[in-house]
Amino acid sequence: MSKVSKSADEIVYGLKREYLEKISAEGNRIDGRKLDETRKAIVNTNFVPRAEGSAEVRLGDTRVLVGIKIEQGEPFPDTPNSGILTTNAELLPMASPTFESGPPSEDAIELARVVDRGIRESKMIDLDKLVIKEGEKVWVVFIDMHILDYDGNLIDACSLGAVAALLEAKVPASKIGGEDFPLPINHVPVTVTFAKIGSVMVADPNLDEEEVASARLSVATNEEGAVVAMQKGLGGSITQEELFAAVDTSIRVGKDIRKRVLGR
Amino acid sequence: MYLDIERKIVLPGEEINLEGMKQGNGIYHEGGKFYAYQMGVVQVYNNYANIIPLSGKYYPVRNDRIIAKVIDIAPSFWIMDIRGPYPGFLHINDTPWRNVDQDLSKILGIGDTVFLKVNEITESRQIWLSLKDAGLRKLEGGHIVMVQPTKVSRIIGKGGSMVNTIKEVTGVRVQLGQNGVVWLDGPVEKVMAVRKILKFIEKEAHTSGLTERVKKMLEEGR
Repeated sequence: MSKVSKSADEIVYGLKREYLEKISAEGNRIDGRKLDETRKAIVNTNFVPRAEGSAEVRLGDTRVLVGIKIEQGEPFPDTPNSGILTTNAELLPMASPTFESGPPSEDAIELARVVDRGIRESKMIDLDKLVIKEGEKVWVVFIDMHILDYDGNLIDACSLGAVAALLEAKVPASKIGGEDFPLPINHVPVTVTFAKIGSVMVADPNLDEEEVASARLSVATNEEGAVVAMQKGLGGSITQEELFAAVDTSIRVGKDIRKRVLGR
Repeated sequence: MYLDIERKIVLPGEEINLEGMKQGNGIYHEGGKFYAYQMGVVQVYNNYANIIPLSGKYYPVRNDRIIAKVIDIAPSFWIMDIRGPYPGFLHINDTPWRNVDQDLSKILGIGDTVFLKVNEITESRQIWLSLKDAGLRKLEGGHIVMVQPTKVSRIIGKGGSMVNTIKEVTGVRVQLGQNGVVWLDGPVEKVMAVRKILKFIEKEAHTSGLTERVKKMLEEGR
């Protein structure tokens, strides 16, 4: 038993864990999906008209809102000829009883970093084309993610929302006398997350499954079927076979989401 | 007696014409008039008009049978999450077990789920629970589903009609806690079906003829 005190909502009903482990070992899931089946994602772009880009994503009962703001700023001294990408996630207390207001929690920081990594490491945005004046002025792209309702798998919902919003985003160059242009996009990454329940990996875990999971794995792939980023979470372990199976599923689901949801 | 406004959804501050009925829960009066102080449905019981809130925390009442989980262990009692505004306490003397080796975690550990009753609520709002009554026990196996505590009476139905229909048609073992925690045990697809039905009842609780519709849904899905 860990010494860190948990709130009542964070303590899992022991019999819920036993039940989910039992049924997943038999190949079943509590919402009737197959083990490698993801929930249907609904993406609603241009949700916030005043932002440079935005998307509302529903993944089952999980609901997130992603906004893109693009402003001018100074480049970092070590990268004078490239734009800046910053990602931030906010776990709003209204989304779940376990979310508290105040400074970002560990989970919020991890979420923002995993989404950021998927976009940055896939080279989705060509940051070199976002320079206004070398070494002095570049475009800064802010990705702000708000969790409105939490029913598991925020990583996939936020990644999908961020990618959908970036695809629609316009750089407001008319503010400095130019012409607005869409963000220079090279690749379209899609992240798929798995949870290990007992000895079984399930794709796109819902809240019940996430609560009882012993390990978590997120795999981001690009349209060529290459793995661009990964994140392993929680304390449990994952075997080599499970890892390869997860990568395969993630490539397959990524293709499907790119075609069906993002229209790419 | 029947109120014009009965079974309608009222908003906080909405005026309610009591038509000679007595003022019940969720209603306040000001300047000789009566108003709702929470969002809910007006219902009349024993000549009292009450507002049944659409959602809210569980407020424990003596002798309620609830499902609680252990969140902490003290030297002679367990601290239980009852989904209420305060935690509940279960003293070893109010259980059928005896504290032989001074370690309560050997009897009930953190995360264990128990079906018990509210024994006493003290003046300082301490909630004491008890396992000493027929049918009360530690729950083993099965799955947990949460519903709004305010909708539990609707899931039970008149004289238990709704919950009995569900049990009969699906064959799933159901244990309802007044605090909105529901324990289900049976084959996965049946448990899934019952979970869906519970969510449906929760959503449609304020409408009438629900038991018949649920019966139809269950029989179609069989």
